[in-house]
Amino acid sequence: MKEIPEMAIESLDRAGETAAVASPNGQSPSDQQSVARYAGAPGSPLATAPTSVATGAMEVQALNVYYSAFRAVRDVSLPITPQSVTALIGPSGCGKSTFLRTLNRMHEVIPGARVEGTVTLDGVDVYDPRIDPVQLRRVIGMVFQRPNPFPTMSIYDNVVAGLRLTGRHSKASLDGVVERSLQRAALWNEVKDKLRQSGVSLSGGQQQRLCIARALAVDPEVILMDEPCSALDPVATLKIEELISDLRDRYTIVIVTHNMQQASRVSDQTAFFTMGDDRAGYLVEMGPTKEMFTSPKDQLTEDYVSGRFG
Amino acid sequence: MTTLRQSGRLTSGSRSRWLNADRLFRGGSGAFAFGIIVLLAGIGTLLFISSIPTWRTFGLAFITGTVWNPVTSVYGALPFIIGTLETSLIALVLAAPIGLLTAIFLAELAPRRVAVPVSFLIELLAAIPSVVIGLWGVFVLSPFLRGTVEAWISSTIGRYVGFLAGPSFGVGIFAAGVILAIMILPTIVSISREVITAVPNNQREAMLALGATRWETVRKAVIPFARSGIIGAIILGLGRALGETMAVTMVIGNNTRVPTRLFDQGQTISSQIATTFNEAGVGLQTSALITLGFILLIMTISLNIVARLLVRRVAGDGVGQATGG
Ligand SMILES: Nc1ncnc2c1ncn2[C@@H]1O[C@H](COP(=O)(O)OP(=O)(O)O)[C@@H](O)[C@H]1O
Ligand SMILES: [Mg+2]
Repeated sequence: MKEIPEMAIESLDRAGETAAVASPNGQSPSDQQSVARYAGAPGSPLATAPTSVATGAMEVQALNVYYSAFRAVRDVSLPITPQSVTALIGPSGCGKSTFLRTLNRMHEVIPGARVEGTVTLDGVDVYDPRIDPVQLRRVIGMVFQRPNPFPTMSIYDNVVAGLRLTGRHSKASLDGVVERSLQRAALWNEVKDKLRQSGVSLSGGQQQRLCIARALAVDPEVILMDEPCSALDPVATLKIEELISDLRDRYTIVIVTHNMQQASRVSDQTAFFTMGDDRAGYLVEMGPTKEMFTSPKDQLTEDYVSGRFG
Repeated sequence: MTTLRQSGRLTSGSRSRWLNADRLFRGGSGAFAFGIIVLLAGIGTLLFISSIPTWRTFGLAFITGTVWNPVTSVYGALPFIIGTLETSLIALVLAAPIGLLTAIFLAELAPRRVAVPVSFLIELLAAIPSVVIGLWGVFVLSPFLRGTVEAWISSTIGRYVGFLAGPSFGVGIFAAGVILAIMILPTIVSISREVITAVPNNQREAMLALGATRWETVRKAVIPFARSGIIGAIILGLGRALGETMAVTMVIGNNTRVPTRLFDQGQTISSQIATTFNEAGVGLQTSALITLGFILLIMTISLNIVARLLVRRVAGDGVGQATGG
């Protein structure tokens, strides 16, 4: 069961209204109907959907990603199943992070960065010029490689930092969000007595769970994780992995990992990337995680998952 | 088993010669550093010794004395302390917000091809000799202020608030404050820009990924992170304003009475010393001027210590965020 985040729909609605002033950025022509639908127009499935409808399905088609002239990702098409965990694996430098950051348009904050192709969320092209990337990032949250809580904020304020961007909230509702988000991030019991302490007073693993709680607090549909355990010790890593398993019923999760055991433990689907001679990353093969690790179709995948390369 | 020491590798000739050079270098630079400390302490001590006659004559009442009269040999520091604090405060109120916004623009928003030349020009402002700025202040800024800002304020709010009433002369406390604002702007901009640039990118990304706009990211993630460094930048600017002499002397009006209104003519500690030291001769007046200098030294040194502690703290803020476990 998943509640449709009202805020998300409203915010995208606003994105739709301001569409006229948004400048077209040279993306492929958009499907106007689907934008209207995403923006919550009358009769749209999203606007009228029963609360149990699965949302957060993504689809990537013919995606090319550039840093200025350098193509970092070449022609990637893949589906992202809602309410499940999709792992992205592949040798370092093959564009996993780059690909991940195109999903919530974090890629475009880098000067010179550019994207071709389409990425859809529940059928809506997220690169449509009328979609506001700021609103989009509330629906597609992100957790980074190194835990990055805000050091000047308390644990409490860290969790509600995203909510505070969206107008005033009563203390009671903030309290509720803090408790719920920390519960979901499996951190509540450890920090409930020190919510006023600084977020950086926690251990690295706790900081990372705090960052996950912070992402959950704005009620996203999709959560992107870029090697969330690479800066953590094995015990903290295990905790995060358990947490990911708990979250999968509610959220669509895409996780980049260099750790193949991790991919096989936590994910439902696995996508294997590698890079060509031009250093552009591309998708070799994608499938259910079990098959990818036991009977991959491609020799490259086979070599990689059996540890013969990478 | 042969240890390293037995094999002689640790005591080979070239290495010990290198160690000697190292020792020499360390000793030499240490001596110079020590020399600078001695020099500073010497200046402070000398100022204090020369100020003893003043403290003997007036006691702590020197600080609160409102009269400076060489004819009757009565000296008080209050007009100049007020002049110094008032002009510096005006400078701060004007330069801190403008400087911070400029720094944010340069560090976060402007494309490189704008940020680089603009930063260069602002830093160039700091290279203009004080006396040249003073000339500009006398011939351009003061008449301009008198005809516009001062005339407008004294004829509107000034009718009801005595502090802001006329007459205005152009030269005076207010003009000196504006000149100081211009002179401390480069300090505030360049240091703030540096501490803002030093904020790790993961802080910006964290805020952006929560659905923040560029401006919200600056306001809620970048500025709080750089906060103490920015305060340090502002205090360093304030330190410069407190001590600045030449340009202020030229535009402040050189009046030794306690200023009661914003557009009054006045005198700062440094401008009072600069304008009267030549004619002071030996005796109590010179001692009183040196005592003014001593008071100013204490003010600026304590400010600088506070500022440096703050700037150092911001450098420490960023580390140790992602310790394992
Ligand atoms: N900000 C950037 N500017 C230019 N090139 C970049 C940038 N970030 C990454 N790259 C390049 O893009 C390629 C893919 O990097 P990345 O997505 O980080 O790989 P992965 O996450 O799979 O290790 C690499 O060749 C890397 O050098
Ligand atoms: Mg990466």
